[in-house]
Amino acid sequence: MKPEKALIFEMSKPGRVAYSLPECDVPDIEAASVIPAGLLRGKPAELPEVYEVDVIRHYTELSRRNFGVDNGFYPLGSCTMKYNPKINEDVARFAGFAKIHPYQPEESIQGALELLYTLQNDIAALTGMDQVTLQPAAGAHGEWTGLMLIRAYHESRGDHRMKVIVPDSSHGTNPASATVAGFETVTIKSDERGMVDLDALRAAVGDDTAALMLTNPSTLGLFEEQIVEIAKIVHDAGGLLYYDGANSNAIMGIARPGDMGFDVVHLNLHKTMSTPHGGGGPGAGPVGVKSKLIPFLPKPIVSRKEDGTYYWDTDRPQSIGRVKAYYGNFGILVRAYAYIRTYGPEGLRRVSECAVLNANYMMHRLAPYYEVAYPGVCKHEFVLSGKRLKAYGVRTLDVAKRLLDFGYHPPTIYFPLNVEESIMIEPTETESKDTLDAFIDTMIQIAKEAETDPQLVLNAPYTTVVKRLDETTAARKPVLYCTCG
Amino acid sequence: MSEVREKLAYSEEHEWAEAVEGQIVRIGITDHAQSLLGDIVFVEFPELGASVSFGESMGSIESVKTVSELYSPVTGKVVKVNEALNDQPELLNGEPYEGGWIAEIEVEGSVEEAFGKLLTAEGYKGIIA
Repeated sequence: MKPEKALIFEMSKPGRVAYSLPECDVPDIEAASVIPAGLLRGKPAELPEVYEVDVIRHYTELSRRNFGVDNGFYPLGSCTMKYNPKINEDVARFAGFAKIHPYQPEESIQGALELLYTLQNDIAALTGMDQVTLQPAAGAHGEWTGLMLIRAYHESRGDHRMKVIVPDSSHGTNPASATVAGFETVTIKSDERGMVDLDALRAAVGDDTAALMLTNPSTLGLFEEQIVEIAKIVHDAGGLLYYDGANSNAIMGIARPGDMGFDVVHLNLHKTMSTPHGGGGPGAGPVGVKSKLIPFLPKPIVSRKEDGTYYWDTDRPQSIGRVKAYYGNFGILVRAYAYIRTYGPEGLRRVSECAVLNANYMMHRLAPYYEVAYPGVCKHEFVLSGKRLKAYGVRTLDVAKRLLDFGYHPPTIYFPLNVEESIMIEPTETESKDTLDAFIDTMIQIAKEAETDPQLVLNAPYTTVVKRLDETTAARKPVLYCTCG
Repeated sequence: MSEVREKLAYSEEHEWAEAVEGQIVRIGITDHAQSLLGDIVFVEFPELGASVSFGESMGSIESVKTVSELYSPVTGKVVKVNEALNDQPELLNGEPYEGGWIAEIEVEGSVEEAFGKLLTAEGYKGIIA
């Protein structure tokens, strides 16, 4: 691999082309004679001029620098880079799924409608909800949809509640979605164990509380043991409970948000069920609700007639309307269906059991070297603090950079915000014990390097194409365009 | 150990406040806060003339690691902001108590009253120890 890669603009030579077109068989027309001068470009677009093979080599070489779950271990806590069964990619490409159009007559797409209907019911069963919409295109879109449902529910009762409560450990999308949905957010602090502080919650709820948004297990990888009490406090104040399904990997087939008292749930199918994740999508964020919220769900919903055929149910007068063109990201829904049906209820339960076991195994082996932020049993992920290494001048960022030299994608760092020098690790259920041990041994080695030879860690990485970047100058004095040639 | 200056008042959210004259109070973030944040790259100020309230967000501070809310240590009106931070956010790291001040606020009521809600240097040392 060459250390420095020229930009494609720097490879440009005037007159080089990557195409060859047949001679034009119609008369040439001067653009200026048919297009108003104001719409014509004043100078050429300065596109790179390169040969076809050069274009292909350039982008192929760049693509080899990508890192993903297919290259190596990727324990990115909270973001869940997990198992993407390749067979489900094949299934989503079946002509019967990939080459249909949402405007086809219902009778010609009965198979696709049945898949959606079954998936709605499967997700409802898995989350303990009464009905599900598959329309939202991603997690945050699901959050927004869920909040709009909560708003519609309160308003239908003449109850104008404008506050949404979020814990300080919540995902940043929670307050953002609440704000976009027109609510004011109220942040409450965690207690010393990282859980929702019940007294703070009691003080925050009132007759203006629309909802509490919660992830369980929390962003710290901890199960909110007092969830039943939390639900009671919010419900007694007339508010609803929103479940952010970002951490569903820990509880599938074991605990259901509906049973914990939640009224609205979204799942990230691209985190939990098959679809490769990251890079901007597409994703899917289905939303499930308890019966009292069903009338407000986006329309259409897929329903089943008595004769066993399926149809788009659009007769929903109280619906908040469509939240996505057509019916969501269908290909992602196909992958989720295949994932659920392949594993079955027992298999999904095993996924969560293994995810939790792997996380606890890693946490216990790493605990002597990196402080565990909230000791106890974790769920599918855990948070360490790198603050012990600060005495040697080494910070969490340096540990993350050093991991690159060993071929690992670093864990999430500096999130959650309420843990100093945080390192958040999610091993997922699919990794072998060998992989987990190799990563743990590397983390231990780096901790020892930090103690004995901190400069080694501070100057890392050494083996990557690009070495340590000056992130501070890049942020303070960014150079935002290239002046080549 | 981070520097804590004796004459200032402190909030639990790691802001300092200094009586300038009359009802004018100058505020900033503590040395401890800047060391937790790491290299600061951007400050979002409150608008001049804006009303701010004790404990409520009045802007944000972005570092290479994170974006943090800036909570107002006093209640009052913003009368001045430190424009130098637009071009030199590093002042917050280098001299948090001097060139890195963030804003001046005309407090509601007396300064003594406003500082009554804040910690002394001794008290603040206690929470960051």
